Amino acid sequence: MIIAVASGKGGTGKTLVATSLALSLENKKPVQLLDCDVEEPNAYIFIKPSFSHKETVTIPIPQLVEKRCTYCGKCAEVCAYNAIAVFLKIVLIFPELCHGCGACSYLCPEDALSEVNKEVGILEIGCSKGIEFIQGELTIGEAMAPPVIKEVKRHINQEKLIIIDVAPGISCPVVEAVKGSDFCLLVTEPTPFGLNDLALAVDMVNKLNIPCGVVINRDGAGDSKVEEYCRKEGIPVLLRIPLDIEIARLYSRGITLVEGIPQWQEAFLSLYNDIEQIAHQTQG
Amino acid sequence: MKEIVVISGKGGTGKTIIVASLAALAKSKVMVDCDVDAADLYLLLQPVTQERQEFWSGHKAVIDKDKCTQCGLCQDLCRFNAINEFQVDTISCEGCGFCYHICPEEAITMQENLSGSWFTADTRYGPLVYAKLGIAQENSGKLVATVRQQAKLIAKKQGVDYILSDGPPGIGCPVISSISGVNLAVIVTEPTLSGIHDLNRAISVCQHFNVPVMVCINKYDLNEDNSRQIENYCHSQGIEVASKIPFDNVVTEALVKGLPVVEYSDNSVSQQITQLWQSILRLLENK
Repeated sequence: MIIAVASGKGGTGKTLVATSLALSLENKKPVQLLDCDVEEPNAYIFIKPSFSHKETVTIPIPQLVEKRCTYCGKCAEVCAYNAIAVFLKIVLIFPELCHGCGACSYLCPEDALSEVNKEVGILEIGCSKGIEFIQGELTIGEAMAPPVIKEVKRHINQEKLIIIDVAPGISCPVVEAVKGSDFCLLVTEPTPFGLNDLALAVDMVNKLNIPCGVVINRDGAGDSKVEEYCRKEGIPVLLRIPLDIEIARLYSRGITLVEGIPQWQEAFLSLYNDIEQIAHQTQG
Repeated sequence: MKEIVVISGKGGTGKTIIVASLAALAKSKVMVDCDVDAADLYLLLQPVTQERQEFWSGHKAVIDKDKCTQCGLCQDLCRFNAINEFQVDTISCEGCGFCYHICPEEAITMQENLSGSWFTADTRYGPLVYAKLGIAQENSGKLVATVRQQAKLIAKKQGVDYILSDGPPGIGCPVISSISGVNLAVIVTEPTLSGIHDLNRAISVCQHFNVPVMVCINKYDLNEDNSRQIENYCHSQGIEVASKIPFDNVVTEALVKGLPVVEYSDNSVSQQITQLWQSILRLLENK
């Protein structure tokens, strides 16, 4: 089973939930924890894995073979991203705009564009206690996170329980991380911002046809509108974590909730049981 | 006219709360919400919409079933795995048009994609430009560029002094689009190990694109050792830590009331945000 932990709004506690859920289950079943927030991967701070494998993530970008080029301009014409321009006898390639689709090199009538790999990120694999941990990290200055997320997800082992820590938002990096999951946990906070962004995230998982449930973090801090929204939409609230300075301080030091306050383990186990039940019903 | 963007790396450190308060403090300004994924600034500024525009961007492949002979070439060549069983998965399709160009039956067309909308609005603090990216859409960077462009047009037309921009979290496409060419990026961080990690990456992105940086530590008293570490790091990088905002639930209370915190309370949170605005003005004047 694959469980994605997403949120819409940033800073609601995705990483807190994903890491504590993984640690609560490590003795019960084989767990893979994937950090797919490749712009700002933070789960490693809490999981403290020893990394045993590291590789670069690349995308193929075109490279001109000048002696073959006739400057016909076909490559510039077919590139949907304006990543190639041809003026007179000059071919300009803009690697930061290239999506690596391969159209230009395939369609060049003179076979004058080869492809070279450009680094866009790093993938690391390690383990901590019983958890297999995989994270991606986008290279500074690179715009596109999805290729790095895809590479992390290529290491999914379906025989294990997979927990994915997702970036905030609802656009392409989030969709890339969430799609294919059996269940999506949406972590929110009881404020107008939390509610607004939760509703967006619910629209996203509905579009992807993935069942979801809500975790309310900092419960008691704001108002009751998130609860009302969930009741109205028929979305189950599976866990409430209270506003508690002690929990915030543990988080600030990179200590997971279930390690800092072990009584929480039971709540995360019951969260998992609820998820399993909902995912099972949806499939059935 | 000077453009100031508030970013954070890590989400949820307080960007929007601070931008709304700066909007209340600054005299002559236009506000723009560059977090087009999950725009929240409008919730605090209570805008009256003046204009709504559709944002068409990019294309999606469409296969004409009558023309398709199921040769499978498009499926083999698509690097985004967006074509399965001769159907386009519009969520995976990146609109490159490779399939359109190579289909021997000319069975594929590229259709323009409505990926969101953007709005200009009036608020009691001044004009606001914001956007809503459609669910699961791409091109957030282009939508950010569009709202910034609109904000600049309004600022020029009205002769205002500042553009205050609420940025997105992360360091990828929409962030790069939000910070390019601005006069100052204010990075809001929090004294958690995650906050420190993400602050470092946010600073690196700004340095990569030659954008001047100032730092604000929110909830600084949550972990004073970590706050000191942030201050030391910023000092070593020649970056000013302009304010340290204490942890106080008054911030959430103001949010629930739909008010910028500086208008809700005059306690130390508000004093620190006021100090931040003064530091911003000082830094911009000296440039």
